[in-house]
This record gives sequence, C-alpha cells and structure tokens, in this order.
Amino acid sequence: MRAASAQARAAAVGDQRPGRRPPGGGRGMRRRRGTAARLAWLLVLAAFAAFFLVPVVWLLLAPTKTDSGLVHSNPLAFGSLHDLGTTWHDLVTFEDGALLTWLRNSAVYAFGALAITLATAIPAGYGLALTEFRGRKLLLAVTLVVMIMPASALVLPLFLEVNAAHLVGSAWSVILPMSFFPFGVYLAYIYFSSHIPRDLLAAARLDGCSEWGVFWHVAVPLARPVVALVAFFSFAANWNNFFLPFVMLPSSGQYPVQVGLENLLSSTPSFNPAAGAGLDITRPELALAMLIAIAPVLVMFLFSQRALVSGMLAGATKE
Amino acid sequence: MTGRTACRARGTLRARHGYAFVAGYLVLLLAFGILPAGYAIFLALTNSAGQLVGFGNVTAVAGDFRFGSAFAHIGVYLAIWLVALVAGVVGLALLLHGRMRRTTAVMRFVYYMPGALAGVAGVLVWLFMLDPTVSPVGWLLNWLGYTSFAQVIVPGHLPVVLAVIAFWTGAGGWIVIMHGALNNIPGDLLEAARIDGAGPWQVARRIQIPMLRKWIAYMVILAFATGSQLFVEPQLVGEASLGAVSNSWSPNQLAYLYAFQANDFHSAAALSVDLLVLGLACAAIIVARSGLFDLE
Repeated sequence: MRAASAQARAAAVGDQRPGRRPPGGGRGMRRRRGTAARLAWLLVLAAFAAFFLVPVVWLLLAPTKTDSGLVHSNPLAFGSLHDLGTTWHDLVTFEDGALLTWLRNSAVYAFGALAITLATAIPAGYGLALTEFRGRKLLLAVTLVVMIMPASALVLPLFLEVNAAHLVGSAWSVILPMSFFPFGVYLAYIYFSSHIPRDLLAAARLDGCSEWGVFWHVAVPLARPVVALVAFFSFAANWNNFFLPFVMLPSSGQYPVQVGLENLLSSTPSFNPAAGAGLDITRPELALAMLIAIAPVLVMFLFSQRALVSGMLAGATKE
Repeated sequence: MTGRTACRARGTLRARHGYAFVAGYLVLLLAFGILPAGYAIFLALTNSAGQLVGFGNVTAVAGDFRFGSAFAHIGVYLAIWLVALVAGVVGLALLLHGRMRRTTAVMRFVYYMPGALAGVAGVLVWLFMLDPTVSPVGWLLNWLGYTSFAQVIVPGHLPVVLAVIAFWTGAGGWIVIMHGALNNIPGDLLEAARIDGAGPWQVARRIQIPMLRKWIAYMVILAFATGSQLFVEPQLVGEASLGAVSNSWSPNQLAYLYAFQANDFHSAAALSVDLLVLGLACAAIIVARSGLFDLE
C-alpha cells in the first residue's frame, strides 16, 4: 500500500501517468450518450474557465485605456500603448512616487519576515520530527492549534502588545508578528518526519558530526523542497497581509503596497467623488497599480505550481 | 545498529539539542501566538480600571445593535461560501481528473491563476466586474436588471458577492491540491471498481471522495477561519459603496471600530475572543470527526 501510493505520488508529481481510457465506448445509444456527456463536461469546464479568466484578462487590458475608454470601448479589447504610457506616468507620479515607496516597504517587510521564518521554522520542524525532548508532543499540539487559529483575531491584542513595547510604527511591528508562521513549522515537521531516515542522521553522528552539523550538512540539503515551500507560502502571506500593517503603521510613507492600494481606491473619483477632484488616479491607474502589486506573487506562482503541489502532497500522504 | 546504541547513550545531550532547535520558534510562538491570545482573554474579562468583570464585556458587546447583524452577515456568507467551495472544488477536481491530460492541465492552471490576486487586489478587480458601466459582463448584469454599480452592491447582495470573490481567488489552489490527491489513489483500485461495474458517479462517491476526506476537512477549517475573519473585503466594498454598506458589516470591522474609534479595547478584545472561540470550536469538531492531525 505504501509503496503503491509512493509510486502514484511520484507519477503524480511529474504528471506522467498514462491517461487511462475509460472502458466501454459501445455503439449506438451508448455512443450518443457518451458524446452528450463529453459535451456537457467540456461546457462546464469552459464556463468555469471563463469565470476565472475573464477578470484577469480585463485587468491586463484596463491600463491600456483612458477612463472614458474603459466605459465606451469593448471591455476585452486592447486600448493603445500611448494610453498605457499615460496611465503609467499618472501612477508613478502619484504623491511623488508613493507607489515605489510602498513596493519597497512591502519588500522589506515580506523578505524580513521570510528570513526570520526560515531561520526558526526549519530547525523547529527538524527538532519536532527528529529529536526527543520533554514537551515535544505538547509543542506539536499547540502548533496545530495556533495554525488553525484565525490570525486576524489576534491583530488587535498584538497591537496593544506592540504598543506596550513602543514599537508601533516601526518596521518590526509588522515583521516580527508576520515571522511567526506555525504553518511553516508544520510543513517542515511533516517533511522531516516522512522523508529523512533516522539511520542517515545516526551515520553522520558516527562520522563525528555534531548535532548542528547533522542538521546543517545532512538534513537541510535534503530538505530543499520544503524550504522552498515554506518560503513561498510565507512570502505570499506576508506580501498579501493587509490587516496587520493597516493597524500597526500610521503613515503613508510606511505602508506596504496592499494598504497603499486601499489608499489609492479612496483617491479614485470613480469610487470616491468627494476626494477625487483634480487627481489623475482613475480606474486604469488603479488597475495598473493592482497588476504591479501582485506581480511578485504572480511570478512566484507561475514558476512554482508543480513544486508547490508535490510539496503539499508529500505532507498529505504521511500515513 | 551501533549508531542507534550510541544515540541512546547520548540521549540527554540530544534532548538539550532538541530544545535548541525549537528555541527560536518557541520565542515567536510565545510572543506572537500565546501572549496576544492570553492578553485578549485578559482584556475581555476586565474593564479599563483593571477590575475583573467576568463576562460583562462579552454580554455588553453582544447587546450592541451591530453585533447581531455582523454575525448574521458572516453566518450567511459562510453558509454560501463553504457550500460553494466544497461542491465546486470537489466537483471540478473530479471532473478534471483522469481525462484529456493536456486540456485539464491548462484548465487547472487557469483556475489557479486568480489565487495571485488574493486580498485587496481581488476585491478591487471584482468592484470593476460588478460595475455595469465597465464590466466585461455588463450585458449579464443589465440582463439581470442592474444598470448601476450602486444597484449591484446593495447590502443584501454582499454575502453572495463576497462568496464569489472568495471562490474566484481561493478555489483554484484547492482544486490543484485535490487533483494531486486524487492522483495518489492507486489506479488499480479505480480499475477494479470499474470492472465491478461502478460508474463514474459511484467511483466518486465510494472511493474518491472518501479518500479526499482529510483534505476537505482541512480546507473547510481554513475557509471557516478566514471567512469568519473578513475585514478587508467588506471594508473595501463599503468604501466603494459610498456608505451604502455599513462599516461594521463584519465582526472584525466592529472590533476595529471599538478599538480605534471608541478606544474601547476591552470590548474589541471580547469580540476577538468570540471569533477565536468560534473558529477553534469549528476546527475542533472537524478535527475530531475527520481524524485530521493524528500526531504520530
């Protein structure tokens, strides 16, 4: 059973399993019913594909138009490069390049928290999976509880805590809470306990490796897939986090791009006639800002789909 | 073998190393997991003079006229969202499994892509999609009788609108994961069932869905937790609706108002604790019933 599932997993990762033809394919009635079913199948999948795809396509095209072009032209047609240039110019000059500041802030917060997450979660997963100490099971159980604990319920008490430490408004007020990432510890724990043979570690110890040496020279190189997985989830969660920086950071110069986008929304005359008069931020600018804001996560998405899924499933099949 | 014996002999030393490996995480866990949770409970049970008031804050907040409606809103939203998520994700994963590999691989990727627009960006995209003047499906909205943005985002529509947004950003990732999990089911098992005369419907019901149970449970727990925590989504829709949607639509928004508008952190904490208890209770039920998270 285990071997079979491991095999299936290996096949699933590469997606190279030969597609099995469903048996049957009779004649007459059965064939006609088969064709109808196939058509219905395609229609359902295509309808959902349209649902998922159309907003993305619209978003990619919106910055190539003017605001009135957005209303009057075909929603799914390309505008012009000239309008795209204007949109770009309006956006980067908004509040003297606020967008670039927000992006830089996002990068600092997301990568800062990512670094601390990796430095703590990977050893912790290793410790939980492959060492023995008192309280290990308790720590594991607590990790599972906080993992499913809704994080944003803690934002307000966190604010008070950070406030008491006089850190509100500093980058640490966002980086430190974000670097606490129990999901990453759980992923690392699952990976180490199902993929690293204890005998291998014992052999390294016999060869004179210290405990840290075993971890650093044997376990970590073998754990590259899970390090990548934790890094991706942590980065995406940090980059997209809104509530925490929204509460912790008081001034626009410190906003990450997600909070900045919300700020832009309230500067758009289309959504806020009161505040928008005379501003160059209209819907195409907003669309472009969104594209820029999601670009880092999108790029990581595109390159890591397969690795992500196989990594997730490596955890799932621990029986 | 000798390696094992040596290990046991050095047991105490290794134990100390065990602590060293988890130490960094433990500090973060205490500082940003346990401490704020404990602090929230402490605040919820005391008043501004530091006196213990028991469930005074909790009942006072529950008496707020906005409390019932906020929880009713997310209740309706969660019912729609969870049903749509489970049915949609499991249904699509089954439809995508084992047929026309090229097509289904492209489909999976298309479904998965909006996941990059989680959070603020996803809501903003849908504000445009729901505005009949600029939406690519403006004809559909017109056909349904909506000619302006204000007509589309009346408060009564919000649970559905937010469920659509959440499905759009979140379903694809889960579909990919479920699809991978379906691939882990040994092919022989499915083949045997088919030879015994089971149709696709029976194979799905009796073999595939039971095999996905843990993943479905995990998905529901996370969806419930994030769903009950809505903040940025109704906040943005509220801003875009120019006040038609209340700024205390969800419990988290109400908690935010208590904390930063009324400077009443005790009531805000009481609300946070309500949400925490709700989320953990749901998780506990699902974990107990599905056998998720067996520790060994």
